[in-house]
Order: sequence, then structure tokens, then C-alpha cells
Amino acid sequence: MTTVAELERRVEAGEDGLGDILEVSMGPHHPSTHGVFRMDVRLEGEKVVRLKPVFGYLHRNHEKIAEHGAYLSAIPYTDRLDYLCSMTNNWGYVLAVEKLAGIPVPERAEYIRVIVAELTRFQNHAGLVGFLLQDMGASGTPLMYAFREREKILDLFESLSGARMMCNYLRFGGLRVDCTAAWLEEVRRLVAGLPKFVDEFEALLRTNEILMARTQGTGVLPRELAVSAGVTGPMLRASGVNYDIRKVDHYGIYDRFEFRVPLGDHGDVYDRYMMRILEMRESLKILEQALRGIPEGPIMDPKTRLRGLRPKAGEAYGRIEAPKGELGFFLISDGSANPYRYRVRPPSMINLTILEDMCLGHNVADVVVILGSVDIVLGEVDR
Amino acid sequence: MSALPTAEDLKAQIEAGVPGTAVTVVPNGSPSAQHSLLLDHGHARAVALFLRDHAEFRLDFCSLVTGVDWLDTELTEKLKVKKMVAGPDGAETEQEVEEVRKTKVPGYLEAVYHLFSMEKKHGPIILRLRTANRTDQTHVPSLTPVWRSCEFQEREAFDLYGIVFDGHPDLRRILMWDGFEDHPMRKDYVPPADDILAAPRPEAHA
Repeated sequence: MTTVAELERRVEAGEDGLGDILEVSMGPHHPSTHGVFRMDVRLEGEKVVRLKPVFGYLHRNHEKIAEHGAYLSAIPYTDRLDYLCSMTNNWGYVLAVEKLAGIPVPERAEYIRVIVAELTRFQNHAGLVGFLLQDMGASGTPLMYAFREREKILDLFESLSGARMMCNYLRFGGLRVDCTAAWLEEVRRLVAGLPKFVDEFEALLRTNEILMARTQGTGVLPRELAVSAGVTGPMLRASGVNYDIRKVDHYGIYDRFEFRVPLGDHGDVYDRYMMRILEMRESLKILEQALRGIPEGPIMDPKTRLRGLRPKAGEAYGRIEAPKGELGFFLISDGSANPYRYRVRPPSMINLTILEDMCLGHNVADVVVILGSVDIVLGEVDR
Repeated sequence: MSALPTAEDLKAQIEAGVPGTAVTVVPNGSPSAQHSLLLDHGHARAVALFLRDHAEFRLDFCSLVTGVDWLDTELTEKLKVKKMVAGPDGAETEQEVEEVRKTKVPGYLEAVYHLFSMEKKHGPIILRLRTANRTDQTHVPSLTPVWRSCEFQEREAFDLYGIVFDGHPDLRRILMWDGFEDHPMRKDYVPPADDILAAPRPEAHA
């Protein structure tokens, strides 16, 4: 692996036969960056010798907005972090508030939270796999297959919360509205049909020669580096680290469900791709169990104060296993009605820390695939 | 999940393991009871390495790094002071007089680190580093050499709060653009007037 400094020294020494170093700015408007994200790439021929991610094109200072409002008013803003997974964003935030103020959650609400969170994970992973294959040139078809199923899930979210993507559904202490028996029946029918979709989706491309050639051995992330760089979610588990916050923290009621944590061996793009497929299957297992066990009851403790919540001075960090990794919220209360400090731990931004390490030495076309396998949403990276 | 020692025990273990360091426990009044440890700058990196490599703790995963801005506060005290006071007849007598004394407590910026262990599956242990004030002494040691995950988050705290992390390999702004001068997450930040029409326009191309 030649470094830029070494190449520059060799150029200055008048050595012949060296390729030029080309500086390319990939993005911010580039179809493969899935939003407004830029990479300053230096290339020697086709090989990447340096890559620096550049953020901030979608920076809205989400944290400042939340610090100026009441605890309740931050919930709809969290929808706009990772705008594909508003349900899990809500959950991360309400979990932190519940820890900060010591708010209990009724049983039925916990079950519905698990159901909507696993549906969210399913549609996120399906979409990601579709986009990843699209980035590799499988133009259109896999993405449309994924979106066909995603639509069904978004329809369910719409009938539950009134919105397809910006659901604004969870509340600290419970949920905004209860679901109906008919809605649960719809979910049961959908979940019964989804394994067939995963089978089909997997069979289409798992052993495709082009896919394997493009992804196996590409963008390898070693285990030690993944841990040190704070990589979380399916990316971490593709590198073989068994760390799933649903299993570690048992937040909500995840200790009641049986599911496996799939692990990869190689930590390359192929493993990360397969990790999503395997996690979709595990989500379906959780969904089946949750749909079987959901009790009747209230969805909100009547004593919970939504408006004008004033937690005692102190702080709390709450985290969940979002589809993209560890989504955490750190709150400091000074006893007033709005948080003194509100901080989001965005998984997709921290997962980008090692983007350069994964891309060095690869062809520029592989950068697109490697970035696609990280699974970023710029609403969350820039906040 | 293996159990971690309480904050007090941890303080004792750190002070035994890293000679010369002084750790202060910062209590947390909320029901979460996540207490934190305030470190001194000189030994911060040694303590971080101790916690990361200790066979029992193995805090290999630094999940969250963030800044917090604590403003200057004014402490108002009422004191009883003995003073010579002139009475109505002109003679001075010693009397107890109540006096209000105001002392300024300088604010500071704080970097907060949440540590977990992926190997032992426990956490969080919370570390805090404080700057001397909010204006000219805003340096704290960087922990990026210990945990790579601090790299972007320390840059963010530098960008939005103005905390300077000494020893960070690449300390640049990350979310705001390079020419930006202020630190927008500070509590006393005043956003510039958003007056697009009044802004000077670039010269039209000839």
C-alpha cells in the first residue's frame, strides 16, 4: 500500500512510471451516497490512496432545537433523524426520558413497541439490500422487490399512526394511540407471508457470480478495529463480534423472545449483505412471538405527565439496537421543562469512522459498494 | 452481564491502579443513577488505558463522546458582618449588619465519555473531563488514541462547543464549514441575523 506522502516523494525524486494522483470529490450529489454526503478521494489510477468523508450538508442542529423545546416536543424531531426508521428513533429517545424520569411502561405498549420496531428493522434491511444491489448495477429489480414489501409495512404504519414515515408514535410511558384487533390481524397476515419474500430475495442473488465477485473480500473490517472504532449494528456483527443491545441490555421486553444473533466470519461486504438477510429472518421470529403474546390492557400509565414533564436534575443515557446500530440519547436535566443537554449518538455517523480504512487499496468503484454496505442515512449523520 | 463495581469502588481501584491520579465521583440525582467519574487532565489517558485493558473491566467500546456547556454562575450569599455604624446621635457603635455578597463561579466546558465493554457486556462507565473556563483555557486531552470511535465525536465537540482536544490526530470542524467562527451548541450562542436581502451580493459577472 503506497501512501500519498511516499508517492509525492517519489514524484519529486523524478521517478518514472508513476501514475498521476487524481483528486476526486465524490458527492455531495451522487446517486450512490444516498443523500448529501461527500468523500474527498485521492486516486492513483483506479486505486484509492486516501479518502476523507465530509459531512454537514444536512446539518440542522437537531440537538439545539430539542434543547429549546419541551421533552414532548422533541419526539417528532427524532422522526427526522434516520427518516427510514422513525419508530426506532422514537423508541431510543423515549427510553432515555423514561430512564431520566423513572417512568414505567405498560405491558401492552411494550409489545406494540417491539412489533413496530421489528417491522421497522425489516423494512430498513430490505431497503438497504435493495439499494446495495442497485449500487452494484442490479438496476431496479431487487430494489423494487424490496420496496414492494416495504410498502406493505408503511401502509400498516399509516393506518396505525397516520403517517407512513414520520410516525411520531411512541410516547414516554407508552404510545400515542392503541392498535386495533383488526390491525394486529393485518400484521399477522403480513408476517406470515414475509418469509417467502426473504427466501425469494435471497435465492435470487446469494450465489450470483457478479455479486460474489464484487463483494467477497471487499471492504474487510477486522474485528479489533471494529470494536475500537465503536462500530455497531449489523456491521459489527458481520466482523464476528457478538454484541446486540437487544441481548445485552434487554431493554423493553426483549428478554422474553427467542432469537439468534447472526455473526459473520470475514467482515467483508458480502457478510454485511448476508447479515441483513439473516436479521430479517430473526425479526420475523420476534414478530411471530410478540403477536402471539400481546396482552390486552392500557397503553399508557394514566399518571404519566406528557406535557410539562420536569424530571429531577440529573442525567441519563438510553440506547437501543436500531437497524443501523446503537442509537443512544444522552439527556441532562436541570429540573426545568426542557432538556439542558440533549445528545444523539448517531450509529451511521460513527460507523463511517472506518470508511477510509475499508476503502484503501480498493478500486474507486468498490467505494460505492463499501459505502452502500455501511447503511447510512444523512438525516442521522448530520442531524 | 457481569456486574461493575460502584462508582466509589471504581474510584478506589483507579487511584490504586494509576498512581498519582485524583478521581472525583460526580453523583447523578436521576432515577437512572448513572454516576460519573471526573478525571484530571494529566492522567486522563492513563486512566482510559487502565480501564480499557484491565482484565475485569475491559471497557473496549467508547460509545458516546459529547460536550456540555456550563455557563458562568453567580453565587449569592447573605453574610452577617460586624461593622461600625453611625447612630442617629453621631456616635459609632458596632452592629451586626447583613450583607449580600456575590461571587462569580466560572463556567466550564465538559467532555463526557460513555464506556461499555463488548467483551464483558457491561457498562456504562461515564468519564468526564472539564476545561478551566469557557473562553481561553478550553483544552482537554484527547482520548482518540485510546478509542478510535472518539475521532469524529471529539471533532464534533470541538466544532459545536469549542473544546480543544490535545493529541487528536485530525482536529477540524466536522459539521459546520471551515470558515465558520462560533460554536453553535454553546448556551450563549447568538445566531447571526438571517437577512438574506441585506447581505452583500457578489459582483455580477461581466
